[in-house]
Amino acid sequence: MEQDKILLKILRDHRENNRNLIHLLEKIQDAYGYIPEDTVYWFSGKLDIPASKFYGIITFYPKFRLNPTGKNTITVCCGAACHIKGADKILEKIRETLSLKDEEDTTSNLLFTVQQATCIGACSIAPVVILNDQVHGNTDSDKVVKLLKGFEKEDEFIGYI
Amino acid sequence: MSDFEAKKDLVTLRINGITVQASSGETVLTVARRTGIDIPALCHHPKISSSGACRVCLVEINGVPMTSCTTHAEDKMEVITNSPYIEHLRRDMIDLILSDHPNDCMVCQKTGECELQELAYKYGIRNPIFSGERRIYSKKDGNPFIDRDMEKCILCGRCIKICDEVQGVGAIDFAYKGFDTKVCPPFEKDLNCEFCGQCVMVCPTGALTGKAWIGKGRYWKIQEVDTTCPYCGIGCNITLHISDNRIVRVTSPEDSVVNKGLLCVKGRFGYEFVSSPDRLKTPLIRKDNELHPASWEEALSYAAKRFLEIKETHGPDAIAGLSSARCTTEDNYLFQKFIRVAIGTNNVDHCARL
Amino acid sequence: MTDPTIEIKVCLGTSGKASGGEDVLRAFKKFIQESGIEARVGSRCSYKTVGCRGFCSKDVLVDVIVNDQKTTYQSVKPIMVEKIVTDHILNGNPVPQWTATEDYDSFHDKQYKIVLGPCGEISPDSLDDYLKINGYKAARKAVTKMLPDDVISVVINSGLRGRGGSGFLTGKKWELCRKQPENPHYIICNVGEVNRALAEGNPHAIIEGLLIGGYAIGAEKGYLYIRERYHISVERLRTAIIQAKEKGFLGTNIFGSDFSFDIEFSFGTEAFICGEETALMESIEGKRAMPRPRPPFPAIKGLWGKPTVINNAETFSNIPMIVGKGAEWFSSIGTEKSKGTKVFTLTGKVKNNGLVEIPMGMSLRDIVYGIGGGIEGGKELKAVQVGGPSGGLIPMSMINMGLDYESLSKVGSIVGSGGMVVFDEEDCIVSVARFFLEFLQRESCGKCTPCRVGTKRMLELLTKITEGKGEETDLARLDRLSAIMSVSSLCGLGRTAPNPFITSFNHFKSEYLAHIRDRKCPAGVCKALITFSIIEELCKGCGLCKRKCPTKAITGEVKKPHILDADSCIKCGACYKACKFKAIKKV
Repeated sequence: MEQDKILLKILRDHRENNRNLIHLLEKIQDAYGYIPEDTVYWFSGKLDIPASKFYGIITFYPKFRLNPTGKNTITVCCGAACHIKGADKILEKIRETLSLKDEEDTTSNLLFTVQQATCIGACSIAPVVILNDQVHGNTDSDKVVKLLKGFEKEDEFIGYI
Repeated sequence: MSDFEAKKDLVTLRINGITVQASSGETVLTVARRTGIDIPALCHHPKISSSGACRVCLVEINGVPMTSCTTHAEDKMEVITNSPYIEHLRRDMIDLILSDHPNDCMVCQKTGECELQELAYKYGIRNPIFSGERRIYSKKDGNPFIDRDMEKCILCGRCIKICDEVQGVGAIDFAYKGFDTKVCPPFEKDLNCEFCGQCVMVCPTGALTGKAWIGKGRYWKIQEVDTTCPYCGIGCNITLHISDNRIVRVTSPEDSVVNKGLLCVKGRFGYEFVSSPDRLKTPLIRKDNELHPASWEEALSYAAKRFLEIKETHGPDAIAGLSSARCTTEDNYLFQKFIRVAIGTNNVDHCARL
Repeated sequence: MTDPTIEIKVCLGTSGKASGGEDVLRAFKKFIQESGIEARVGSRCSYKTVGCRGFCSKDVLVDVIVNDQKTTYQSVKPIMVEKIVTDHILNGNPVPQWTATEDYDSFHDKQYKIVLGPCGEISPDSLDDYLKINGYKAARKAVTKMLPDDVISVVINSGLRGRGGSGFLTGKKWELCRKQPENPHYIICNVGEVNRALAEGNPHAIIEGLLIGGYAIGAEKGYLYIRERYHISVERLRTAIIQAKEKGFLGTNIFGSDFSFDIEFSFGTEAFICGEETALMESIEGKRAMPRPRPPFPAIKGLWGKPTVINNAETFSNIPMIVGKGAEWFSSIGTEKSKGTKVFTLTGKVKNNGLVEIPMGMSLRDIVYGIGGGIEGGKELKAVQVGGPSGGLIPMSMINMGLDYESLSKVGSIVGSGGMVVFDEEDCIVSVARFFLEFLQRESCGKCTPCRVGTKRMLELLTKITEGKGEETDLARLDRLSAIMSVSSLCGLGRTAPNPFITSFNHFKSEYLAHIRDRKCPAGVCKALITFSIIEELCKGCGLCKRKCPTKAITGEVKKPHILDADSCIKCGACYKACKFKAIKKV
């Protein structure tokens, strides 16, 4: 029921404002944190647009996700400027700290999702890591790990207060 | 001047030194082919729009390499399709495609009809010089009709376009990007569409073939018989491929009058009934609850006799006629005439109304 | 005597915010309020948040202006606020140890700021600030006193070329689009990575440029194509649009004329390929961003199949100045064929990182050593990558080269996205080329064969070389691939993708050969080609390396030379970095 309401609202906005598919998928992702398969089929039916088109767009743009996102998103900029200042080492360290396996990008407790970005245009403060929309410049592995620990603590269960 | 008139404007250009006329709006590729100059192309297909993706149809236009499938003919254009430079580019393009293609022509169903194989042969590429990692897909598509071997896919996009632009279905599209690009149904599930097989028809390689075709014979050992599809009243032109007196595949001539080479799932893939052992070869008459083979003579007289009996005992409205979409229009006309005049009832209908 | 005026400007661009600019501003407000300074000085203090002024490596930058006397503080932290306020504002003595150094001055003095000029000075959220510097006067002049064709000829005569991509004459592009009989026409502004400082610092200039462009080509609708992730840019542009609409600078009957124009956002996504015009249009239409073949060019058949002009935000930011000050003024800046200025992001191993705007033709040396202050740690400059990932590497030997469209294309580079990455002696050129190819391969859309397969093969070959498995025939292969990709790819990405290899191979052939023939990485970067060992005579046995080694490859007793076991060494370089006695050898 709840789900129908969300989808109908997105559908209405799409029709009224003559939006495109990318925009539609963004709205779905905003609502769910990722793009659930059944919503694609739902919209495909309502709009009479083949589901294959949706899937093509979802897999083309790295920002679209087919799996649930963690509560916190860490984005490591891997543009040229960040790269030569050691972005891949930071990324490696983060993945190691969160014990992510090869293909995984989200921790099993759904607390963190790790993403890579192409240049975000903040080259002068490279290397850059974005934690939940907050840009952290001139960073390094140790600083980022400290930040992560802070977030983990916040969510630690230490008994009822 | 209206758009239409502009399109009819004639332009004069030279292709390989030959002066040719073309209407503006025609592509260089079309003009060249019409002139008898062959330009190879893997993504271009006359039934769909051009995308300029494979880059095999490169020609020199006023000295610059450009794709002939997307460039429109213009006045005073100087086109060269076969300079050593262009042939070198084309060769390397084929090389790059082959470097990401399984080298298994000896077992591939498409051998002999494969456009890529033809070009590899032409340019003498046995081992690509740009060899490297190949896309490997372990998952096989479990659909009943179309064999999708995506490792053989060269991402020309013909199948996507014919499905979208001609068939209007859009069952498949490109997914992912870069080297990982693949053609697949949504969420990479098994193909679940009308199975018209238009995609199979246009595929330039062995990536898409009919599941039932595999291992049933090489095309040059096969006898082709042109006929009309028996399934419905449209009467598509089809070509039966016969080996050992069995149909092993059905295609349709690209220039066929009725259907322009397009078929539906029944016409393209539904041919196995012809040589099925379960197929009835004579009429059967039920006697004492069992079916017994009979001659046509016997069967027709029996049916006529029973019609008359029923009509006499219960009146003509006790009889109804249901005709078939597989009959021609003429057949159907005669059928309703028979029911209305000979039987005397208006109880007549057609299976396609369902 | 008039009361003293006090103004505090805090840089709150992306970098300023990332460095804690908001906290600094809050600290100023809080302290000044709590200590009652305003009453004591007899004047109210005004605060202004400004956009990026380029010198981001010293953020947070704060200007304290007392009686028109400006002092700039660098690397300000909230804890420093109390002292600045007490010493400077109250007692009139700026805090010398925190004020901006010579670097700051030389960083700015050598630049020529047209589009970046107002950034960092005016408040990006204030239309009044923009109007005070003559904002929207050019647009008013264009719309009320000039014919569209006149505007176009001014832009043509100015010699302005697209700031990004191939450097086509902006005015010519507009002219071609204007001539198309088909309607409507569209105009698109691409706000890319390098442009975000413009959007953060002076968004109204972009809006005004877009407005003038729309008038010139006969468009009623403009699109701002920007990544949603650039939050600050998006917000400031959004505010600017609302303000411009309120004043009647956007909407119907602009400046009382019958010209109507509106601007809409189109949110791009994280895809490098969207910098390509036709891919960008596909993306606005909501499709996979796969470039279209051209011809037809966008000016003839673009967005939704209609005549379309695409320029980036830097190009548009130049427009109000050109229309306002005239074509002659603009064309007096720069070189013969490249007019005006260009913004670059100067990054890498250079002392002063940041956003710089230089007149076309300025030498690389002046940029790196003049504005950039030289190489970090006094190391040797090796090469500069100009033009983003698909640009070219320019070696130290060519550092006196002046930068413009012509000279860059001559050395196999492009102006491109305006990236400028400085590499020093510790960077391996083969690895650098490999990195850029890896990026380009990942960003290839996969539509055309040469780019899809070609970038992959180039990356494989370069990886092979960095892994110490290269053969000399690989270089011939790379060369051949580069040649076909650069002429036969569908779009600019594929055509320029070989640039990092071509240019690096031209200038650093010996380094490639060292990897292949000698199995050595001269810069000591490629792990497969280096070994670490401990020089016995220099090792004091302090044990620091032993503690830092993640694989326990180093053993030894205290105060005795340690031993490094080459088999268990993973060549991470931790010991090399840690050793205070230079006792670790890297060959």
